[in-house]
Amino acid sequence: MSGMLISMFGAVESGIIYAIMALGVYLTFRVLDFPDLTVDGSFVTGAAVVGISIVNGIPPIVATVLALIAGFVAGCFTGLLHTKGKVNALLSGILMMTALYSINLRIMEQPTLSMLNEPTVFNQLESIEAIGGIDSFFNGLLSMLGAEQLPATWVIVLAMIVVTLLIKLLTDFYLKTEVGLALRAIGDNKKMIRSLSANTDSLTIVGVGLSNGLVALSGGLVAQLGGFADVNMGIGMIVIGLASVIIGEALFGTKTIRRATLAVIGGAIIYRIIVTLALEVEFLDTGDMKLITALIVIVALVTPKILQVQKEKKRRIQKRKQLDRQIRGQNSA
Amino acid sequence: MLNLKNISITFNEGTPDEKNALDDINLKLEQGEFITVIGSNGAGKSTLMNVISGNLIPDVGDVIIDGKQVIHLPEYKRSRFIGRVFQDPMAGTAPSMTIEENLAMAFSRTKKRKLRSGVTKKRKEMFREHLETLNLGLENRLTANVGFLSGGERQALSLLMTTFTEPNILLLDEHTAALDPSRAELITNLTEEVVRKSGLTTLMVTHNMQQALDLGSRLIMMDKGQIIFDVRGEEKQKLTLEDLLHEFQRIRGTKFKSDRVVLG
Repeated sequence: MSGMLISMFGAVESGIIYAIMALGVYLTFRVLDFPDLTVDGSFVTGAAVVGISIVNGIPPIVATVLALIAGFVAGCFTGLLHTKGKVNALLSGILMMTALYSINLRIMEQPTLSMLNEPTVFNQLESIEAIGGIDSFFNGLLSMLGAEQLPATWVIVLAMIVVTLLIKLLTDFYLKTEVGLALRAIGDNKKMIRSLSANTDSLTIVGVGLSNGLVALSGGLVAQLGGFADVNMGIGMIVIGLASVIIGEALFGTKTIRRATLAVIGGAIIYRIIVTLALEVEFLDTGDMKLITALIVIVALVTPKILQVQKEKKRRIQKRKQLDRQIRGQNSA
Repeated sequence: MLNLKNISITFNEGTPDEKNALDDINLKLEQGEFITVIGSNGAGKSTLMNVISGNLIPDVGDVIIDGKQVIHLPEYKRSRFIGRVFQDPMAGTAPSMTIEENLAMAFSRTKKRKLRSGVTKKRKEMFREHLETLNLGLENRLTANVGFLSGGERQALSLLMTTFTEPNILLLDEHTAALDPSRAELITNLTEEVVRKSGLTTLMVTHNMQQALDLGSRLIMMDKGQIIFDVRGEEKQKLTLEDLLHEFQRIRGTKFKSDRVVLG
């Protein structure tokens, strides 16, 4: 049971980091209605840029910002391809993802780049002494509740909560600005927003750029948490992003933008928890993860619709019964 | 205000489907003029609209707005001074966004969009005042998604979104054609009211001859890419449906082809 606690803790920790990626996917997939597959490549680009920068002595925080910029540029290219090159949205993403594979290899100069014994934003955070108190506080709390094994550090998870929430708030604000409203209208009614003097091409380019910026930022943080960057670490990332968005929407709703972005973060964490639980099952191993992810997305997509249909059916049956009863009542009277 | 000079456009040139959609069109709209455009299907009415809005670039000719040549401005840039209401009630609004957000987007039409809040308290108040003029109770539903509104309500909102920023030129593209008679009448009345109040320079395409006679200060009839009839002022006020049909037969020597135009 105690080991379970630790793995759950790990799930939440990485879930919060992957939530940044999921927010990026939300921007393209939902807001722009642009199914962008660049994600599989730009996630690695973020990790690669962070890796090569840190290995070459650039401060981790600067490296992390560089990752974000690199992702933004990659996304802009996808947007350019789609808007100016008139290439189908899916295809522009696939082309960019393919190109990025080689570019990522060039950035790293090798398929895997280790950052062990290098400074990262996380071990720099842990080394700040004042923060040590946080760990003893939370772990003290946990051991009072009877936990035996305790998480190594709370700092990372708390810091990431702050960062992810900050990004969420910025996204919320952005989507409510004049520019943000126009961006949302692109996914909703492109013809209209063009007739209202919005340059849909440049908005799409910036939107896809921002999305991939977030994805790369997430990739850069994941690399620092794991201590390595790998050229294959982005495979299937888009499906994980979609899973997070769809699970979140199904569970938490999408009534307002604020609600929707929070749902995406929740979805990302729940996705990690589901994966962790699945891995506890004896006959499943890590190789089955992609299958499980696909199944999760399918379930999250299909179940709400089935439930909706059944609810409607029930409602109709009830209405009929009610009517029957009324008629019978009249007849007997 | 709007000056179209020698506009010609040919579709599918050099193929059996070649079509002279607009054939040397010259049209000048004065400030505050309200023109209704009629003509059978394929006469070139929609093409004319699209040339003005920048959706189509003519093969030759100039589009001059307020003394400025705009032929090379893309649609989104021209829409700074052109407002447009489409035939499809769904086309003019964003369904999954709220009424106030839709109005905020329309409010930004004339300016550069910035990174500042789109819906502010002050703007909300203004939106509410404008919505009250529609008499549809929409002012109490500012945060409702537009997708929940009926076709008529959405078209009324589209009309408001297009006109409350007072565009230099207002284009109405059969904007009542997809509505039931009573809703169409509502939109027609709203159109007349707002055009009169703000003195908008307006070009309205319609298939409904009676509507074309009732509204506006000038009427043009198009056929085969040309303007074949153009009346204004008192002459237009005296015009009747019979006159119009008679005029068409006289000029073209044929009867109106489209039943829709006659019956509308």
